[in-house]
Amino acid sequence: MTPILKHSLLFAGVAGLLVLEGATSGFIFTGSWNSALVILNMGLISAIMALGVNIQWGFAGLFNVGVMGFTALGGLAVVLTATPATSGAWAAGGSNIVLALIFGAMTLIAAVLARQKMPVGLLRNLVTFGILVGGFFIFRAFFDPAVSAVEAINPAIEGSLGGLGLPVLLAWPIGGLLAAGAAWLIGKTALGLRSDYLAIATLGIAEIVIAVLKNEDWLSRGVKNVVGLPRPLPFEVDLQNDPSFVERAANFGLDPVLASTLYVKLGYALMFTAVLIVLLWMSQMALNSPWGRMMRAIRDNEVAAEAMGKHVTRRHLQIFVIGSAICGIAGAMMTTLDSQLTPGTYNPLRFTFLIWVMVIVGGSGNNFGAVLGGVLIWFLWIKVEPLGLWVIELATSGMAEGSALKLHLIESAAHMRLFTMGLILVLVLRFNPRGLIPER
Amino acid sequence: MDYLNALVALANFVIVPGLAYGSQLALGALGVTLIYGILRFSNFAHGDTMAFGTMVTILFTWWFQSMGLSFGPLPTALLALPFGIGVTILLVLGTDKAIYAFYREQKAKPVIFVMVSLGVMFMMNGLVRFIIGPGDQRFSDGERFLIKARTFKEMTGLREGLAIKTSQGITVITAIVVVAALFWFLNKTRTGKSMRAYSDNEDLALLSGINPDRVVMITWMIVAVLATIAGTLYGLDKSFKPFTYFQLLLPIFAAAIVGGLGNPLGAIAGGFVIAFSEVTITYAWKKVLNYALPDALAPDGLVQLLSTDYKFAVSFGILIVVLLFKPTGLFKGKSV
Repeated sequence: MTPILKHSLLFAGVAGLLVLEGATSGFIFTGSWNSALVILNMGLISAIMALGVNIQWGFAGLFNVGVMGFTALGGLAVVLTATPATSGAWAAGGSNIVLALIFGAMTLIAAVLARQKMPVGLLRNLVTFGILVGGFFIFRAFFDPAVSAVEAINPAIEGSLGGLGLPVLLAWPIGGLLAAGAAWLIGKTALGLRSDYLAIATLGIAEIVIAVLKNEDWLSRGVKNVVGLPRPLPFEVDLQNDPSFVERAANFGLDPVLASTLYVKLGYALMFTAVLIVLLWMSQMALNSPWGRMMRAIRDNEVAAEAMGKHVTRRHLQIFVIGSAICGIAGAMMTTLDSQLTPGTYNPLRFTFLIWVMVIVGGSGNNFGAVLGGVLIWFLWIKVEPLGLWVIELATSGMAEGSALKLHLIESAAHMRLFTMGLILVLVLRFNPRGLIPER
Repeated sequence: MDYLNALVALANFVIVPGLAYGSQLALGALGVTLIYGILRFSNFAHGDTMAFGTMVTILFTWWFQSMGLSFGPLPTALLALPFGIGVTILLVLGTDKAIYAFYREQKAKPVIFVMVSLGVMFMMNGLVRFIIGPGDQRFSDGERFLIKARTFKEMTGLREGLAIKTSQGITVITAIVVVAALFWFLNKTRTGKSMRAYSDNEDLALLSGINPDRVVMITWMIVAVLATIAGTLYGLDKSFKPFTYFQLLLPIFAAAIVGGLGNPLGAIAGGFVIAFSEVTITYAWKKVLNYALPDALAPDGLVQLLSTDYKFAVSFGILIVVLLFKPTGLFKGKSV
């Protein structure tokens, strides 16, 4: 079997799983096309995240476990881009918040400059310390009243600055830019460090991003969530009330409710596929270009690449920014799909480490592998729960009805999901470390 | 101005909780640092190993409680601890045999080990949730306080009270005993010396006839002991929740790195540095300052530098500062 045939079969297999989910009921399948499309949509988004991680890990060997943070920044971009501005918020304190943030950034720059320009000694340390501490208190003195002013505006539904009121699709590239900016800052400080330190650094940054989203109510309403974000597609209810849509649905023999839900989900699926194809094409071009060869050379032997005159840290920074931007785009797409931003739901197991399982299982270093892994692992993530329940019910069928152990086992079956993901990762690393679609 | 009351308030809200939290972090960081020094990888499954050990201890505690067994004023969990440690040792040795040993034989790169530990992390996390569920579990019993705030006030006649929880006292004492035993073991016994030799220079250690399998086995056993104790103490002090233990990974790694990865002394120092910076930066200083400053200077606000939700940001900030200025940590660590 040629590799191409084998890989096409793998993709066909995953597609087959989704078709089974839509067409058959019984076992773990629900027989609902809606459910199949929901899995497909998140699978496509996961595939894009996996593509971003694969660019960092597969191309350049960078160990980024901060995917969650970049995803959340993408989500924030949707709020900042697409929601209408809160009336009066900018006058009340918005401009002061921005000024305070600029002042804070200038304090940091001043401290860095002081360290660079002044001669080494006690005086330098004292001045740096003084700038930082003084700057912090002045910053808080301006920042805090402005924040309370903004958060006081209609806190039940607003209480934040709101956004720019631009079309929501613009939020996708903006999410990428936001994530890229954050990645640049992180990369500047952390990329010179060894791989383990970079991992811990990115893990920490992701937690900080989530903490900011949860606590800075003026920015994203914090844990009060932003709901009802604008959508790029019409609402199902509007479609059902549209006579021409109902008529077209009837031509297909579908009732309007089912047709409208499928229509919206298919619409998202097409948009996501389009983004995925563009990004996949770009990644493939990059991988096969001289730039891609240089990246792999750096990955395989940094010392040799450096001796050939390649600026390793700078290239690392570049690819770290690009990969993170892709995760940011995916995060913005996900928030658009949910049409809400809920900072409380970001969990590193789901948004960082699961993406890593996708990349490893799919095949690190291969873009198609990342895409395959993304959709496949997402399908399993959803379906392991009913599968676990099925297994447990089978295993406990001999036990007495209503026994405490049986009840506990059936209740806990949902948690088999994490265990199974770990098992898959360990098995793949052991028996097929190059993944389903290995790097060429 | 009332320095005595300021001091008591400081002790009550900053020093005592900081010492307890620092001891817990130090024990956790010791486990991470030992694995890093001897097996040469960052073990992402450490938080979940702690969760597993604590879970087994809790199950034994419940069993003992149901039998009416108790440890007097001390928590029953201390009686259950040896059993928790035993089961955790079996688990980590099993994981090592089934999973890590293969890669050691292959001489795989450290980053592969880290990936594998991600898989182990998922599995342990799932296992713990499967057995005990994802919810909060409280399992402390016995006397709750060593000193109650009111008793302290009556004793001293001060306006501020000082409360010390039993769990805090136990944490600090246990940590001192465990650390002393560990250092005695590493510095005085033959096995401990061979472990340090293996950590310093693997090839030389092998040449001088040290059995690597034994070193690895003993390391895992010590790590299991440390992780279970750290986890149980943390659970007694606060409460047990699998996800919280997973999240402890960040401050624990921060502590180990700040102290210098691979250096046990550094792990302890790092634990206290991280704990005290988290507590001091997220504490509202108003009360202490009200006592310590003359009335004219008394602050209006809470004087809280950052809200408590930013405690990860604090441990991480310290981590970055140390890495930028002293890349090998406060005490000289090692690098793979």
